Amino acid sequence: MSPILFWIFSALMLGFGAATILNRNPVASALSLVVSFLGLAALFFGLDANFIGVIQILVYAGAVMVLFIFIIMLLDLKAEQRRQINIPALLGGVAIVVAFTAQLVTVIRSYKAGNEPFAAITPNLPDAHNIGMTLFANYNLPFQVIGVLILVASIGVVVLSQRELK
Amino acid sequence: MITLNDYLLVSGLLFALGFAGVLLRRNIIIIFMGLELMLNAANLSLVAFSRFGIVNGLPNYNGQMLVFFIITVAAAEVAVGLAIIVALYRARQTTNVEDLNTLKF
Repeated sequence: MSPILFWIFSALMLGFGAATILNRNPVASALSLVVSFLGLAALFFGLDANFIGVIQILVYAGAVMVLFIFIIMLLDLKAEQRRQINIPALLGGVAIVVAFTAQLVTVIRSYKAGNEPFAAITPNLPDAHNIGMTLFANYNLPFQVIGVLILVASIGVVVLSQRELK
Repeated sequence: MITLNDYLLVSGLLFALGFAGVLLRRNIIIIFMGLELMLNAANLSLVAFSRFGIVNGLPNYNGQMLVFFIITVAAAEVAVGLAIIVALYRARQTTNVEDLNTLKF
């Protein structure tokens, strides 16, 4: 991936990620999150992970975000009222995030092997084919377990949305 | 030249953004979006490592498999979490976590 495209999509992803947590209006937050996910999908394509990029767009930017926006509309959320800001909580939260980021940058700086450029990849890589082979040959049991997980989740959602929880 | 460390840095910054959203926001839906941002940051570093650990011109597909499973689990998590939020809203008519203090000591 050319450096210019990498920085454009990274800036897009981080900028709209920041917009997601800064917006007061939940609908604006949700729409910023969609753009952030699209930028991330572009980074996946740049890393030659085409299949993952496609399911990122389909599952996240498609299904998950529709669910979010549907719930925001259903609950009829308005932009938040300005509240009394809890100063100690705000300072504590910012301090933790800044300390975390500083720690992370230090660790990444000290990782020397990561400074080497990416090795060349096979041109016209049959990505979906290779992923399918790996998934069904090496990861067959986890794949079936995940099916059970989705079944449990969908039953759970139906139970949770009953009028009267018993 | 873009190296692995650049991807890790961007992924770490995205994680920090999601973390800040979870810690600083009071709207439970925005907190949930922060969780999604953190999961996606982890996915980005996994895919970057998968591309970095290249063998015979093929990326290391184990990392991409983990991303696949994370996306599936995240989708299930979003469905259940939003159902809980709707049930909560029916009971309390609020999405602000500061109003949900029944268990507060």
